[in-house]
Parts: sequence; structure tokens; C-alpha cells
Amino acid sequence: MKYTFHRKQLAIPYAIFLILFVILPLLVIIFYAFTNDNGQVSFHNFIAFFQSGKTVGTLLYSIVIAVLTTLICLLIAYPTAFLLAKTGMRSGSALLLLFVLPMWINFTLRITALKEILTLIEGNLALHPFANTIICMVYDFLPFMIMPLYNTLTKLDDSYIEAAQDLGAKKSLVFWRVILPLSVPGIVSGVTMVFLPSMTNYVVLDMVYNSTYIMGSLIGSYFSAYDWHNGSVISIILLLIICVITFISNRYAEGEEDSHVNPLKKAEARKG
Amino acid sequence: MDNKKDTLIELKHVKKVFKDGVTIIEDLNLEIKKGEFVTLLGPSGCGKTTILRMIGGFEKISAGELLLNGKDISNLPPNERPINTVFQKYALFPHLNVYDNIAFGLKIKGADKKTQDEKVKKVLEMVDLEGFEKRSISTLSGGQQQRIAIARAIVNEPEVLLLDESLSALDAKMRKEMQIELKEMHKKLGITFIFVTHDQEEALTMSDKVVVMSDGEIQQIGTPEDIYNEPKNLFVADFIGESNIFKGKMVGKKKVQFDGAVFECVDDYPVDTVIDAVVRPEDVEITEAGKGRIQGEVIACDFKGIFYVTAVKTDRAEIEIHNLKSFKIGEKVGLDLAPDSIHIIPYDTTINHYEGTLESYIVGKGFLVKFEDFELSDVPAARIFANCTEKEEGTSLLDAAGKEISWEGRKVVASFKPEDAKLSDDAEAGFVAGDINSFIFMDNYYHYRVRSESEEEYIVNDEYLWNSGDHVSISVPLEKFQFELS
Repeated sequence: MKYTFHRKQLAIPYAIFLILFVILPLLVIIFYAFTNDNGQVSFHNFIAFFQSGKTVGTLLYSIVIAVLTTLICLLIAYPTAFLLAKTGMRSGSALLLLFVLPMWINFTLRITALKEILTLIEGNLALHPFANTIICMVYDFLPFMIMPLYNTLTKLDDSYIEAAQDLGAKKSLVFWRVILPLSVPGIVSGVTMVFLPSMTNYVVLDMVYNSTYIMGSLIGSYFSAYDWHNGSVISIILLLIICVITFISNRYAEGEEDSHVNPLKKAEARKG
Repeated sequence: MDNKKDTLIELKHVKKVFKDGVTIIEDLNLEIKKGEFVTLLGPSGCGKTTILRMIGGFEKISAGELLLNGKDISNLPPNERPINTVFQKYALFPHLNVYDNIAFGLKIKGADKKTQDEKVKKVLEMVDLEGFEKRSISTLSGGQQQRIAIARAIVNEPEVLLLDESLSALDAKMRKEMQIELKEMHKKLGITFIFVTHDQEEALTMSDKVVVMSDGEIQQIGTPEDIYNEPKNLFVADFIGESNIFKGKMVGKKKVQFDGAVFECVDDYPVDTVIDAVVRPEDVEITEAGKGRIQGEVIACDFKGIFYVTAVKTDRAEIEIHNLKSFKIGEKVGLDLAPDSIHIIPYDTTINHYEGTLESYIVGKGFLVKFEDFELSDVPAARIFANCTEKEEGTSLLDAAGKEISWEGRKVVASFKPEDAKLSDDAEAGFVAGDINSFIFMDNYYHYRVRSESEEEYIVNDEYLWNSGDHVSISVPLEKFQFELS
């Protein structure tokens, strides 16, 4: 029999991976989240999570940390990405490399270095747990904010900026009315890449001997105590938060989708 | 003299050097009147878009003056100029709908909502897109986007509307329609339109005045009829429309000789002036064989829809003819030209003149002459100083009267004829190397303009075909150079 190759078959390796490492674990988590120690279906775990001041407190605290981290990242990354992408900086690519390089260095190394620097400055790291948490998170996630912003801004056609100037807009107005709205897709993907990891990445905090408790720390402590049920509940809750945020940002970015692409080209593509 | 009061925009000795050091415009002077429809026409890279961008304020001029209503505006940012632009790719804001795009400029100027509504409605009517206010930009076709871009510009009631290759993204039929509409809009609005295009048909159809550009320089300014019927030089003749170009000379009062025959013409130049004769393909009459002043054989005949393009080979040239009849290949025909169908361009005698300095003299050999781009060695002294002799002991030269000639540092102009030069792709083969900037097919050879790195221009007639952008070297035998002390 002759064997014919279908393009669809290219999906097989990933499908296997998806089933083994994404779908099955997810089902396991869902199973544990909705059962008790006796294997009976139960919502008790969820109720307990929201009834305990400690866990809800951790959730709120994590959200505060994530929001702050994201905001600070955005405030640092936007001007940087803008400078790199939109000014005639010849060394633009070298500078960009400097910002992205940390992404390629193992994060344990980076965080250990940061720990030493902070110790040098603060003396005792335990004195400023909150500030240190934010510093570590920002340091760790900044490149993930710069990259998407830089990509969006480099693709933003200069003719939009010129058109706004041509229509009478001063530089500040050009920014608020044209550049910022058109860079929303980059902001959205930067935010999604920073917000969630900064709620869960407790390994970073452990490494700087930080006692701050975030959602990730909770999961970690439950799992290390073999409490699969409560750990799974938190995972599900985080998953829901991800879903909500992705949904909202997709809705928001829908109109802006590939806004950096000149619609004329889109019209041409449609014609062709 | 033109009435200065009518002048709206004036560019005086404008120079533009880009950041990378490339000079795109050397010294440009241009005057644009109120209410004119001016087209800047030229091949890509000729600097036409740069001029438009300088007027719009997107490029700073490097030197010179840019006047609007007599005031220098070269330092005003784009947002403070009473000028609006229709961009090549329209640059409509994708995050705003049609209404907000058009009202963008009005909002910035602080117009109230009612005025905005009225004005947006009015311009939408003008561009035939009533009721499109709420549409998002991405749902519009290319033609509709074009109209919105025009509406967004004219709603601000600018004194000048700049259009940067604005029709080039449309398909042929749509482009023709927009050409007519733009012309009507220009009449209605009464403001100045400055249009940039590389499409000569577009330029001839729409404009009151065409500015033909090449290589950062204005080649000719005139009405579309002037430009087509009376091209000032070979570049314009070749760039605008189709043309047959013949090398020839004047042989009598209003009599010109080329392609082996003598024709009457309407231009009067002194006898023996070397000229180029430009003949439009539609002006060549095809007669029976034996009649007409030129005889030839049909080598091609193609149907083009409205007319036939016939190529006739004569003794010395190949002539293109447009008319309504078809001919068989191999058919013998006669050709004739009416006096007013021949346009004569006197040969430019200033080309290929380069000034250099006498550097040194080697006894028994000659001078070493240094030019900006190249040097010529072993130039016999007699070629520069007539009747001179070498002093017996060397180095110094004596003139006919026996007096010593002080030649050190003297300037000398060397020139050569385009037909004496040859091109080679071996950069070392000639005395100077450069890139081919443009070329024109003449009746039996190609006319090349070669630009050296230091922006010096060399004109070469070569029988072989090279392409624009080719890096070539030029060789001219030393004996073909003419030298003259300056």
C-alpha cells in the first residue's frame, strides 16, 4: 500500500505533547480540586479558600504586587522601547540587546546577583520585604515588557505620526492621540506576559530569602505538604484569573488587532 | 515678469543633504503660484518627494530659503504650516473611524461639535462618501480610503494641498476616475495643489504646470503641452511620452539633416549646429515604398488597442511609429515627417568638461594633470600650450617667442566627446569609474549619464546596452581629449 503524507500529520507531535503535558495534568488538577480526601466530589476546597482570611489575603496581596510590578515595568519599558524604536538611535539594536540580554541568562544567576547587590545596599534584606519583592519582580520581568512594546512601536508606520503632525497636532498630542492608542496591542501583550508570572513566581522570592507570601508560594507550600486538593484549587483560581484577563485584553485589543499594519495593505490582501 | 503677488510658495537655492551625507538636491529654485495645480514629475529617486516633504515640513532644508506668502517657513514644524498632505499610503488612523479621522484636525484646532459635524458632512459629500461617518477604516476599499484621506486633508481648508504619489496604489481604472475628480476638486476649492508622481500621463492629464525633475535638478517647467511638444533636453524628450531621437545637424535655414535625409523644420539654429531631433511616434507618416524621404522595412507591428505600434528599420536607425494601420513584417515602406513634427534640441556643448590642475612635467613625456575625479598623465605639452618647446636642460617650457612658460598650478579644462568614450565593467579599465544614472536609446546607440562618487557627471554614447545602476569605468583615448587653458 502506498503511503501518502498529509500536512495535517505535522500536528501529531504537538498533539501528543499537548495531551500528555497539558490536557492530562489539567484534568488531574480539576479532579483534585473538586474532590476531598475520600475521593468524593466536593466544593468544600473552594469554599474553604474564600472563607480563610489567610488565603484570600494572599490572593489580594499577590494582586497588589502584580499590579504594581506591571505598572512599574510599563513605566520603565514604554519610554525605553519608544527611544529604541522611534528615535534615530544608530546603536538602537545594541541597546536593545542590552535590555534583552538578561532574558538569556539563567534567572537563578541573575537573582543571586541581585540579592548580593540588594544586601550591599540594604544590609539586611528582611527589613524591606515588600520593596524587595517589587524590585525582584520588576527586574525579572522587565525584558518581557520591553520586547512586545518594542515590536509594536517599530512596526508603527511613521506616516501616522507625520499625518497627525500634518493635521496640526503638537508632539504631545501626536503621542496621546496616535502613538499611544496604536501601541495598545504591545501594551496588552506586555501586561499579560508580566502580570500573571509576577503573581506566582515565588521561586524568585525564596531565593532572596523573602518571606512575602504570594499565590505561587501558597501552591508550593500545599504541594510540598502533599495537599493536592487545596493546591489544585489555587491553580484553578489562577487559571480563571488568566482566562478573565486574556478575555478582557482580547476584547480590548480586538479593534486594534494588527493596527500597526496599514489598512491599505489589508485591503490589498483581501482583494488579492 | 510674473506678478510677485501671485506667488504662494518659493524655494530659493534649496539644498538637501540627508543624514548619511547623500546630497539629494544641490540647488533648487521653484516658484508656485496661488491656485495652481503643479505636478512634480520624475523617475524614482529624483528628489520630487523630498521637495514635497520639505514643503510639508517633514524634512528640514539644509540650505536656502522656503517662502510661503513671502515669509520664510523653513523652521516651522508641520503642525504650524497651513498645508495638508494626502500621504502615499493614506496613513488613515486605524484606531479611529471615518468621522474621527476627518475631524482629527478640526478637534485639535478646537472647533465645536456642531462645526465639526457640518464640515465632516460637507467634505464627505464632496468625496462622494455620504453616510460613511461611522465606518471603520479597515472596512474601506483602497479607493474609498483614498477619498477619506483627501477629505481629511481638505476639511482643514489649507492653503496648499500636497499629494504624494496619491493615486499610485489604485488600479488603472480607479486612477483615471480619481484624476478627473481631483482636477474638479481643485477647480472647486481654488487652492494650490502640489502633486508628486512618476506617471507622466497622470502629470499631463491633471496639471496646470509640470515640473520635470531628474537627479535632484529641474529639467523643465511648463504646461503639459509645452513639456510634450517642446522638450528642452533629451531627458525630458525621452521621459515624457515615446520618442524617436536622431542625431543630426542643421544644413540650412530651418533645414535639418538626420537619418540620411534633409527635412524642413520650424526651429531655427545656425548652420552646422549639431542637434538632436525628437520625433513623436504618432507624427511619423508612413507612405508607399519609394515615396517619402526615408525608406525602410517593417520589422515589427503590434496591436495596442487603439493604435498599432510599427517599427521600421531604415539604413541607419530604427523608427517607432504609432498609427491606425497595420503592416506586414518585411513590407517596404517610405516615411515622411512634417516640419512641425520635428522638435530640435541643440547639442549641449558644455558636457564632459572637467577642470584640472597641471601638477608636474616630465621631460620627454608630458604633463601630469590632476582632476577632481581622475588624473591624466603624459599629456604632451603641445596639447596644452601651442607651439611650445622644451628648454634644453629640461623642466621648463618655452613658448613660440622663446619665453619661459610658467605652468605650475595652471588650470586646464579637458573635454571629450561622448562618442569617443567607451564603457567597461572593469572598474580599473578606464580613467574614471561611476554608476550609470540613466540612459536613453538613440536611433542606433545608447546615451548614458554616468555619475562618479564625487557626483561628477560623464556623458557617454555606447553601442552596448548597460543598465541603470551598473558600476562602470569610462575610457577615452588620450588623443581624443581636448585641452584648453582656463
